[in-house]
Amino acid sequence: MSNGSYKWIGTRPNRPDGADKVTGRARFGADFNMPGQLIGKVLRSPHAHARIRSIDTSAAAALPGVKAVVTAQDFPDQPNVVVPTGEMQVNLRDVTRNVMAREKALYEGHAVAAVAATTEAVARQALALIKVDYEVLPHVIDVEAAMKDDAPVLHDHLITEGVKPAPDKASNIAKRMDNVKGDVEAGFRQAEVVIERRYATQPVHQGYIEPHATLASAAEDGQVQIWSTTQGHFQVRGFCSRLLGVEASQIRVTPSEIGGGFGGKTVVYLEPVAMRLSQKTGKPVKMVMSREEVFRASGPAPGGTVAVKIGARRDGRIVAAECTVALQAGAFPGSPLGPACWTSFACYDIDNIKVVGFDVVSNRPKVAAYRAPGAPISAWAVESTLDILAQELGMDPIDLRLKNAAKKGTKTSYGPTFDTIGFVETLEAVKSSAHYRSPVKPGMARGVAAGFWFNVGADSSAAAHVAEDGTVTVISGNPDIGGSRASLALMAAEELGVDYDKVRPVIADTSSIGFNFVTGGSRVTFATGLAVVNSVKDMIRELKVRAAKTWKVDPEAVVWENGHARPAGSNVGEFEPLSLADLAASAGRTGGPINGHAQLNAQGAGPGFGVHVVDLAVDRDTGIVTIDRYTAAQDVGTAIHPSYVEGQLQGGVVQGVGWALNEEYIYNAKGKLDNPGFLDYRMPVASDLPMIETILVEVPNPHHPYGVRGVGEVPIVPPLAAVGNAVARATGVRMTDLPMSPPRLSAALDAATPRMAAE
Amino acid sequence: MMNDVRYMAPSTLDEAAGALAAANGAGRILAGGTDLLVQMRAGVVSPGVIIDVKKIAEMTTIEAVGGGFRIGAAVSGAVVGEHAALRQAWPGVVEAINLIGSKQIQGRASAGGNLCNASPAADSVPALVAAAATVTIHGPKGRREVPVEKIHAGPGRTTLERGEIVVSFTLPPRAPGSADAYLRLIPRTEMDIAVVGCGVNLTVQGGTCTSARVGLGAVAPTVLLVEDAAQALIGSRLDDKALDAAAAACRAVCKPINDKRGTIAYRTKIAGVLLKRATAIALERAGRH
Repeated sequence: MSNGSYKWIGTRPNRPDGADKVTGRARFGADFNMPGQLIGKVLRSPHAHARIRSIDTSAAAALPGVKAVVTAQDFPDQPNVVVPTGEMQVNLRDVTRNVMAREKALYEGHAVAAVAATTEAVARQALALIKVDYEVLPHVIDVEAAMKDDAPVLHDHLITEGVKPAPDKASNIAKRMDNVKGDVEAGFRQAEVVIERRYATQPVHQGYIEPHATLASAAEDGQVQIWSTTQGHFQVRGFCSRLLGVEASQIRVTPSEIGGGFGGKTVVYLEPVAMRLSQKTGKPVKMVMSREEVFRASGPAPGGTVAVKIGARRDGRIVAAECTVALQAGAFPGSPLGPACWTSFACYDIDNIKVVGFDVVSNRPKVAAYRAPGAPISAWAVESTLDILAQELGMDPIDLRLKNAAKKGTKTSYGPTFDTIGFVETLEAVKSSAHYRSPVKPGMARGVAAGFWFNVGADSSAAAHVAEDGTVTVISGNPDIGGSRASLALMAAEELGVDYDKVRPVIADTSSIGFNFVTGGSRVTFATGLAVVNSVKDMIRELKVRAAKTWKVDPEAVVWENGHARPAGSNVGEFEPLSLADLAASAGRTGGPINGHAQLNAQGAGPGFGVHVVDLAVDRDTGIVTIDRYTAAQDVGTAIHPSYVEGQLQGGVVQGVGWALNEEYIYNAKGKLDNPGFLDYRMPVASDLPMIETILVEVPNPHHPYGVRGVGEVPIVPPLAAVGNAVARATGVRMTDLPMSPPRLSAALDAATPRMAAE
Repeated sequence: MMNDVRYMAPSTLDEAAGALAAANGAGRILAGGTDLLVQMRAGVVSPGVIIDVKKIAEMTTIEAVGGGFRIGAAVSGAVVGEHAALRQAWPGVVEAINLIGSKQIQGRASAGGNLCNASPAADSVPALVAAAATVTIHGPKGRREVPVEKIHAGPGRTTLERGEIVVSFTLPPRAPGSADAYLRLIPRTEMDIAVVGCGVNLTVQGGTCTSARVGLGAVAPTVLLVEDAAQALIGSRLDDKALDAAAAACRAVCKPINDKRGTIAYRTKIAGVLLKRATAIALERAGRH
């Protein structure tokens, strides 16, 4: 459906970083080394909740080969200031405490000290010599338990925000959020059918293949270089600058290739520690987490509970909708509560909506962003409830959603009114798809669910340089996590009218390009793409000036077409078109190098909508779910590189299916994580899933020159409920709590059919 | 953790057993290494000497002997899977060995290693128990032959004495109408550890089951030989009543734990489910022989 006039946009060339990645030449976080480097290791709390009375590092420091030991004493305390980190907000006071525990260890795995030594073996030995005097405190893991009056309180200063009058004593409820549109009570009075259910989800890890890794080198003059696997090297610079009181311009952060992030690499864990150790030793310090550390100490997405009530007329028109969301923030406040609340009913045009949210701390690792943070949790509840409603009304689930679909002009419960969106088109595309029109196979059932994500714009900088032979380098500052280099190069080639392989995209370090906000929020192809397009436009403006100089005409008399400067009309004069190579060759005579620059705060990110369909079978004896067919349809704006758009949809589905079926954190009675590895933290493996079919619905975003919408987050939103709805239709048993793992589903099926259980 | 590790690859069993005995508990046998190396990297074990047995011919070959088979304890899963005659006679044993780890792991992992790692969830063991496999053990005091179900003493513990090495498995000759099958339940489709594993070995003559053995894994501290389940099958026509009784016998012997891989109730239930399903597969295979 792409605009047929595009030459490059919508094509599928090899990615610029592809050869390096398939040959192993690409360098990821742990691949960076420097001569004389030390190895840093972190000592982590064995307790879920404990006061730190004292830390004795003397024996560790005395061990031959140990060059430095740090504790929270080596990091200045920070003010109570909230800063954005992508799709979530963090408080610097909490960040420094998460990087290194101060008064208390707040979860098992919380960093309490770190060492730098000549070898990893010495570093490990040194950790064993650090004596921490803990006063073990009662702990609380689950969100509902943490909200109770008698729950152990994590932070003595934490007074619930958003409640009037403010409570007079501390609790684990960090914030209450209220979100109202219309009058739900009046709405429910019009309802002929009301469905009400309570749901729960488990925290899930982002599951990136590459563990956190960094190398920091602090020089005697105060300059610092950091190499890191991150979704935002400018954020690494910002955090290290603030946490260690070093001016930002003194810190140069270079991002490595990144082996997955999904939101989990928008915050810092190791970088400030490695930098501090390097400052103390004067040597480069390398730190790499083990998988176990990744699970015990890096942010998962929250778990939570959602209570939903939806009222509708018999014809399917929803008249009122209400939900209460409580999310685990982990050890410090700041779950993605806002997005969970705001996305809950965003797919639908409903007059009366009430959403209440609670942000709750407990003795778990601090949550981090994960693909559409918060949205899958509320969508699990809302989309399951809609399925119950469809069954109750005897309506096709797509028709029910079409009847209530948000459109251009729909006012959301959280404020904005939608511009051009493609939810109706996406629902129609699914309804007419081969998958949806095919009969459900015997023994299978079909589930449908929808999902929404805002998408983000924000700050980006880019530059375009013409080399002396007329080829082009496009420089931007966002780590390429989902094929963005290819998309940026395609847009630059299209804008410039040159071949894709004449454009080389480069990701610059923090000292080599202007500020770029994190790779997150599905913002890079949209916002950094816009910056790249604008930098190319700036370069074209300069190219026209150079052609005008060459021809001795006004720059306005020159047009840029198909990679050449041409006279704007026959009245300008008869001139042979000048190619990029021609203009580059004569640049020295026409004004020097030819570059373009752009910087912006991108507005108008187009929201995205997804509709997923799954056919699956449930083994009633074992509770095992087998997915037979899965189709993900999404309003993708314009698919700049369709393969990577499809890949985003497929990847989101896989992660969502894992969230639905098997992924969970299993804590023992002492609050210790029992499954810190991929063996027992069960993400799907390739053989668990069929090829995920995709339908790209192209409804261009009017606020981007090529119609780009972010595509990376929507696809993780619908799968939880799509799978749950199919399971409910297959078995007659509605699962409200995730994961629908074989033991849980089997127990639910047995409970529903006592005869089977007795057999 | 900073120990130096000595590596040796003897070509005779006497040499290997002698070195193992001399290591005084600090020796580890290396076959495929798919458990040992992982445990070393995780800091769970730090051996003083690693004795690689892959240079010992008797441990790395498969032979047809006396109507049955002798499988070297260090033969990789991939090689076992490629042995057509073995696959024909003992499909259940082969499929169980082939379920250890991933495709890559199969190139290294061995049934001997799987047995000696002594996990109650070891995939090959219930099938070998059902097959009435015996194990040849070579030690400083010579050789002995024991039923495979006698090797496990508990999670991570075996009945092997100091210096003893598992050399090979012997599978008995097959009567006509015999077949076996192994099923395990895992939450995913691969790369996982059995929540329950069940091996069933049957001989069926004229529609009647004349002999049966059942091995059950991951439901107790050791892999179990479930004689009551076998008795329920023997003499029956493997009808629903017999299968129900055998499934009940399997559930009755379960002494599982609640853990990250399953609940007591779930494991107990699944033991019965897998018994029925594995029996059906073995019966279908027996009919083809």
